[in-house]
Amino acid sequence: MSACSGRADIISTVEFNHTGELLATGDKGGRVVIFQREQESKNQVHRRGEYNVYSTFQSHEPEFDYLKSLEIEEKINKIRWLPQQNAAYFLLSTNDKTVKLWKVSERDKRPEGYNLKDEEGRLRDPATITTLRVPVLRPMDLMVEATPRRVFANAHTYHINSISVNSDYETYMSADDLRINLWNFEITNQSFNIVDIKPANMEELTEVITAAEFHPHHCNSFVYSSSKGTIRLCDMRASALCDRHSKFFEEPEDPSNRSFFSEIISSISDVKFSHSGRYIMTRDYLTVKVWDLNMENRPIETYQVHDYLRSKLCSLYENDCIFDKFECVWNGSDSVIMTGSYNNFFRMFDRNTKRDVTLEASRENSKPRAILKPRKVCVGGKRRKDEISVDSLDFSKKILHTAWHPSENIIAVAATNNLYIFQDKVN
Amino acid sequence: MFARGLKRKSAEDGEDVEGGLAGAQAMPSYSLQRQSLLDMSLVKLQLCHMLVEPNLCRSVLIANTVRQIQEEMAQDGTWRVVAPQAAGRAPLDRLVSTDILCRSVREQEGERPAPDAGDGHTPDLVPGLATVPSAQALRNPQSSLWEVDSSRENRGGFQKSLDQIFETLENKTSGSVEELFADVDSSYYDLDAVLTGMVGSTQSGHGSGLQAFSPATAAPPSSSCRSDLGELDHAVEILVET
Repeated sequence: MSACSGRADIISTVEFNHTGELLATGDKGGRVVIFQREQESKNQVHRRGEYNVYSTFQSHEPEFDYLKSLEIEEKINKIRWLPQQNAAYFLLSTNDKTVKLWKVSERDKRPEGYNLKDEEGRLRDPATITTLRVPVLRPMDLMVEATPRRVFANAHTYHINSISVNSDYETYMSADDLRINLWNFEITNQSFNIVDIKPANMEELTEVITAAEFHPHHCNSFVYSSSKGTIRLCDMRASALCDRHSKFFEEPEDPSNRSFFSEIISSISDVKFSHSGRYIMTRDYLTVKVWDLNMENRPIETYQVHDYLRSKLCSLYENDCIFDKFECVWNGSDSVIMTGSYNNFFRMFDRNTKRDVTLEASRENSKPRAILKPRKVCVGGKRRKDEISVDSLDFSKKILHTAWHPSENIIAVAATNNLYIFQDKVN
Repeated sequence: MFARGLKRKSAEDGEDVEGGLAGAQAMPSYSLQRQSLLDMSLVKLQLCHMLVEPNLCRSVLIANTVRQIQEEMAQDGTWRVVAPQAAGRAPLDRLVSTDILCRSVREQEGERPAPDAGDGHTPDLVPGLATVPSAQALRNPQSSLWEVDSSRENRGGFQKSLDQIFETLENKTSGSVEELFADVDSSYYDLDAVLTGMVGSTQSGHGSGLQAFSPATAAPPSSSCRSDLGELDHAVEILVET
């Protein structure tokens, strides 16, 4: 395990790129930090590809909306990588209002021997130039630079919660609380609105969009989830405005379990397609659910993340924890799913063996290269030695963002302002 | 049972009273807990006027919760206007153990007040008045009829405040937010820190636990905030026109 401590800023998003070579994090201060995996070398076989800082840049700055007299936070809500098509890397990063396309490229040569400038870049007096020469490229120390290539602004009235790159690699979507827009990467002054659930009368608003994602293979399909625990699959071929869904996924409510908090805990905080494209996974406050795209009336699997919180919902409502938005991720083969919890715990569920484990991301409990010990929360009665009781959980230590390497068992876990990277032990 | 509640002026009353009181204090009635949840939700909605645009998803979920409570109270016939000060102070002390609200409907059936059948509103109201100062307890049976008749009006007024909140989220005119801040009592911020912030992380894990919620000492200025909005709109109009 390697632990990289960020600055004071809270990490707000974590994402591996498509090969797993790069890992990007965004934080509350608008910065993006990209880690790169070390090339494995023959000399140091035991150091199996650790991640080191590759590039750091300021993606978004705080802004002020003068019309509404409100600040626009620079916090990075999401980062999504584009598949690599040349030597440079491209990623999308977004705050509440603006999406940006960043190009991250390496420079290891620089031109020398200009005619009109000297080596420091100062202009030369033309009178002193007596010969012409062709500048040549000479090697230099590797420099990684990030440049903003596109800025997609002014398309969202509400807060952007999701971005998703389409499998055609030409378009992407951005979703806010009430609308979803489709963009072409080349065009920044126009976007198509493909979903709009804003009621004519805002007083009638009872449901918002919470997350959205394109299908991994079918560039015409996407899903979006809502605060009422529903998921809609839409087909862009059906109509320009996808207000009518192709499929509607909702689990019927258990009437005997109904309380004033039922709706809040059913609100979906994240939705993710499996790599295969056959399933979707959703996260609500207490559970993770796996749905088969062919079955709309209920999920095929439900996993309890921290059911012991069910009797504490009123307190969690008081302190606003009930509104925490946890994310969920698939592993590369779609056999294991992972999500975070409180007290710096995160949970993994093996879909095949039905086994699950609770692990903790904290410096005190883990040393580099140490094996993580499973944790257990004691629900009542006698607490065993290593167990922690529900009332001792630290609700300020929440793991909302995690990421799984696309093909290997390497995971990245964001614990407030610290990033933890865990790998399978090498024998 | 209602008689006991009213008799509760002196502590020397018989054990029956004590027993009833002890029950009420140890486990607040469903009505009271529901009322405190309603008040807490309204405060949460009011505190949305921050420098940064409020989280719409959170606001919508809270507003839906408020509507649910309101609908249930309308069905029960227990919908009534409670002075914000009284509602703000007492129930907040009781929020530490409000797991009664987390229990499913099935478990609660025995404890909820029966839906009102006719004009007998007083019985439904009194259990909820157990902790209200005796002066108000005496007054309420008189005013209960008024409260019932105006329940629709209350709902209208209540709906109006929800609508106001959404409108404010929608159309903020420049300058209005600063003015809101200028007029709001400083105790507003204390309540905000208590309700929406995490309990201080300087404490150990235990301190951040669920039971560490400390009740606010000041009453939430919900009613004063609403009237301030009306006055401010008026003031802004005047400024804009000149």
